[in-house]
Amino acid sequence: MSITDWFRAREDKRYTPVNGAGPKADVPEGVWTTCDSCKRIIYEGELAASMRVCPYCGHHFPVPAHERIAQLVDEGSLEEFGAGITSSDPLEFVAAKSYVQSVSSAKEKSGLEEAVVTGRATIGGHPVIVAVMDFSFVGASMGSAVGEKITRAFEIAVSERRGIVFAIASGGARMQEGMLSLMQMAKTAAAAKRYRAEGLPYIAVLTNPTTGGVTASFATLADIIFAEPGALVGFAGPRLVEQATRQKLPKDFQSAEFLLDHGLVDDVVARGGLRERVSLVLDYLMRPGGAA
Amino acid sequence: MEFERPLFELEDKLDQLKRMDVAVNPEIAAEVEDLEQQLEQLRKETYEQIGPWERVQISRHPERPKTQDYVATLFTDVVELHGDRLFGDDEAILAALATMLGRRVVVLGHRKGKTTKENVARNFGSPHPEGYRKAMRAMRLAERFGLPVVAFLDTAGAYPGIEAEQRGQAWAIAESLSLLADLPVPVVVVGIGEGGSGGALAIGFGDRLIMLENAYYSVISPEMCAMILHKEASRAAEAAGCLRLTAADLIDFGIADEIVGEPLEGAHVDPEPVIAAVGERIRAALDALGEVDPQTLTQKRYERLRAIGVFEEGAG
Repeated sequence: MSITDWFRAREDKRYTPVNGAGPKADVPEGVWTTCDSCKRIIYEGELAASMRVCPYCGHHFPVPAHERIAQLVDEGSLEEFGAGITSSDPLEFVAAKSYVQSVSSAKEKSGLEEAVVTGRATIGGHPVIVAVMDFSFVGASMGSAVGEKITRAFEIAVSERRGIVFAIASGGARMQEGMLSLMQMAKTAAAAKRYRAEGLPYIAVLTNPTTGGVTASFATLADIIFAEPGALVGFAGPRLVEQATRQKLPKDFQSAEFLLDHGLVDDVVARGGLRERVSLVLDYLMRPGGAA
Repeated sequence: MEFERPLFELEDKLDQLKRMDVAVNPEIAAEVEDLEQQLEQLRKETYEQIGPWERVQISRHPERPKTQDYVATLFTDVVELHGDRLFGDDEAILAALATMLGRRVVVLGHRKGKTTKENVARNFGSPHPEGYRKAMRAMRLAERFGLPVVAFLDTAGAYPGIEAEQRGQAWAIAESLSLLADLPVPVVVVGIGEGGSGGALAIGFGDRLIMLENAYYSVISPEMCAMILHKEASRAAEAAGCLRLTAADLIDFGIADEIVGEPLEGAHVDPEPVIAAVGERIRAALDALGEVDPQTLTQKRYERLRAIGVFEEGAG
């Protein structure tokens, strides 16, 4: 259905949808999106062209992993590794939905094999390892597979003398793999520590949302931490904090801007300027030829 | 504890009977005998069928031996270190210089209280970032002066509070993991009670993990897991089973090394032998690790972490 057709069809119904659930039923899937923040209706093509940032209010929408990579790295430079690493079900975790079901529906929905895509690439000509997490895959939670891919990313970066640029999102450690997930925090932190000793730069971009065990491990061990505008970043999620403290949360609690105010991130950088900013930092922290 | 209630009710009944006058009611003697048999049977059943959720409850028992009990019994000449030199002193974490049979160590531990007053001061053993930063300060001391680290785990988790978030709870935990990862001195960890997620892990891995039989270590509390899965915390017992959080599970996963047994009803009914047994295991671990040079030690620690995880790997 073309846009003009859509408008005509809508007019035929002789009503004007206002805010809220009204237009949903009439909007063809994937053509229009309602901004979560300003509630205006945005044409999908326009959203894709604007890096999934609302052209009206600047709200940053989630970005699928491969689209994020295209936004961040030099064109065509990605060489993926670890793509064959996927989750198994070591706890045989069965609740309302089995873990195996959750993973297979995530694979179908996202077209990914795991919650993180890792690879070699260049940014502004600098050789780097990138890892990009996709929240649509089991909340980008970290189980054994994600932990392994992140660990390898650090290890390969050490052996090939590459910088690291991670675009992070996560609901935390993956509950369905129990203690194996929790220990991925220690494992990735240990790998990040070894990398740190090499004099190579690690830049983390925290996107909406980054919480729990990922925030409390490799994500915040970066040399430079940028956050996207409005991104929710924290250890405990806001609902848990509210429940535990029975206090009203401050305005913008755990937002990127809140973190900046409290000295926890280097800067809040809008998506449109991210590649340039990351590239500039790599210019400062990496010497030409890849040797730091 | 909830699962012990039928047992305690029967004990009460027996007590009441015993207090009655046998001369007036001669049939009581027979009934007492009968009840005593029943009680014995029930006691066996209650503790023999103990599951993960019962163990979680035992691990949280208010009278269970706490970090301070282990420190007071197993160490001498204790010098407590206060504060993170940045913000304040978090009583939910203990950091100290201490001596164990002539061996000088740095002791760390989550510190729960036994009374309400103590628990309020110590935030029920749930640390703020300054607690972890104090622990890190003590770890750096351990590194500089070549002292092994002994850490006792007993926390429901890092505190999910507004100020904790403002001061970078996640940042503090991550830095602590990073510091512990290659600290060039032996690190012996003992799970004595609750091992609540990242808040436990921040001081909770090293070269040896010793678990008490009824201690647990989990990625998430059974209650929160039940909330996420079923929207009701009351299904925590079920969630506790799903999470594989017991000491025995940790051995299966290759995360823990050894288990220290407890009395049938839990360590709180007879703490002394349990504390003594923990002391023995710590000493043995420190003896073995003391022989290893620092470089090998941190390399082995890395390999140990590196091997944790179960996943599939196909072509890709």
